[in-house]
Amino acid sequence: MFRNQYDTDVTTWSPAGRLFQVEYAMEAVKQGSAAIGLRSKTHVVLGCVNKANSELSSHQKKIFKVDDHIGVAIAGLTADGRVLSRYMRSECINYGFTYESPLPVGRLVVQLADKAQVCTQRSWKRPYGVGLLVGGLDESGAHLYYNCPSGNYFEYQAFAIGSRSQAAKTYMERRFQNFMDSSREDLIKDALMAIRETLQGETLKSSICTVAVVGVGEPFHILDQETVQKLIDTFEIAGKEEGPAAAAPDTAAEEGGAAADQGATADQGATADEGVAPMDI
Amino acid sequence: MAADMGGSYGSTLRYKTVDRLKPVGKHSLLGASGEISDFQEILRYLDELILYDNMWDDGNSLGPKEVHNYLTRVMYNRRNKFDPLWNSLVLGGVKKGQKYLGMVSMIGVNFEDNHVATGFGNHLARPILRDEWHENLSFEDGVKLLEKCMRVLLYRDRSAVNKLQIAKITEEGVTISQPYSLKTFWGFSAFENPTVGAEGSW
Repeated sequence: MFRNQYDTDVTTWSPAGRLFQVEYAMEAVKQGSAAIGLRSKTHVVLGCVNKANSELSSHQKKIFKVDDHIGVAIAGLTADGRVLSRYMRSECINYGFTYESPLPVGRLVVQLADKAQVCTQRSWKRPYGVGLLVGGLDESGAHLYYNCPSGNYFEYQAFAIGSRSQAAKTYMERRFQNFMDSSREDLIKDALMAIRETLQGETLKSSICTVAVVGVGEPFHILDQETVQKLIDTFEIAGKEEGPAAAAPDTAAEEGGAAADQGATADQGATADEGVAPMDI
Repeated sequence: MAADMGGSYGSTLRYKTVDRLKPVGKHSLLGASGEISDFQEILRYLDELILYDNMWDDGNSLGPKEVHNYLTRVMYNRRNKFDPLWNSLVLGGVKKGQKYLGMVSMIGVNFEDNHVATGFGNHLARPILRDEWHENLSFEDGVKLLEKCMRVLLYRDRSAVNKLQIAKITEEGVTISQPYSLKTFWGFSAFENPTVGAEGSW
């Protein structure tokens, strides 16, 4: 009758020492459309794939400016992402009010992680279903962090989250050694290339991706669509247009991801297959 | 930075050996005039501030600018509660080659300048500093200039105490001198008979 006794409550351990609700929240991150981030000594570039859930609608915003020196890219439940972005904005503004200086990125990330952790230890709450790539600049340089629904956080040279992010990670793993000394332009190029990897053959267009930059002497800002298109054209990285036959299964597979991003009923059963926390124990 | 060691209980000058120059964290030096117990409250806030800052243990630290702004907020917040901390504060420091000097009054008025003073120092010391301060002042000349100011204050401010300390802050940290006294000469005829020639005075 019950497939899994231990996944109805966030705070209930399974005998194997796992918290299934937390793992399901991390699953929501995997199903959201991809977000990537990479950094050099002086710059951080965030990028994401924009998926509209219908031909008739626009896509949701997935990159947010937190402060002049910090921005986030999210994957998972966009609504949760917006709540956390608002929290980060208010923390930055309060720190600025008290100390007239920018909040160190690492500290904001710890506060954010603590906030996420609380949700894994309260029976009347649910974990946030969103993963955040936090990019920022402070007195110790440029930083890129990944914040997870479990309350864990990690610092990265380059990272990708969301659906088909493994392709972007593979691309960046091949190239990250050079990132530290990369110029701003090379970093953006690598970001676009990594985004393209997640598209699996679909053409890279400025209409389906967003890129944002923060760096020394450059406050966090989202590049406008024309700029991104110009960069795609100058780098000649649009990729080949696939035939309609090849593109069709792609769009079908993406529907699950789009639904999760939409924040509507993310049907775990329908899309959950490999890599998902097992329902039976 | 220089300060005498007089400590006030309300408006009564009650203590003669009070440290009014204190280091704050690694990069800042604080000097205070006014009510001693209110100053102690401020020091307690700052100790907590620095402690929590160190507890992050992430390589970031509050510099003089941050501490100054924090004090500004504390002072102005208390004046808005109609319960001001009865102090004037001077905050100086060096962090990452950046020098900083600013002051906060008891109602939260604050500014940065190349030379600042509290209390009577605003009237008696700053005119001297305006004349004699220059960008390339050596440490020795700085001390001489401060002593000149403190001597004037000692002569003209009845609540000054002839026991003072001088502190310096550099990239390496804070050093506060042992207490010492200034040589004074009270035998000037104007001091002995101050009302001579001052018509209409008693």
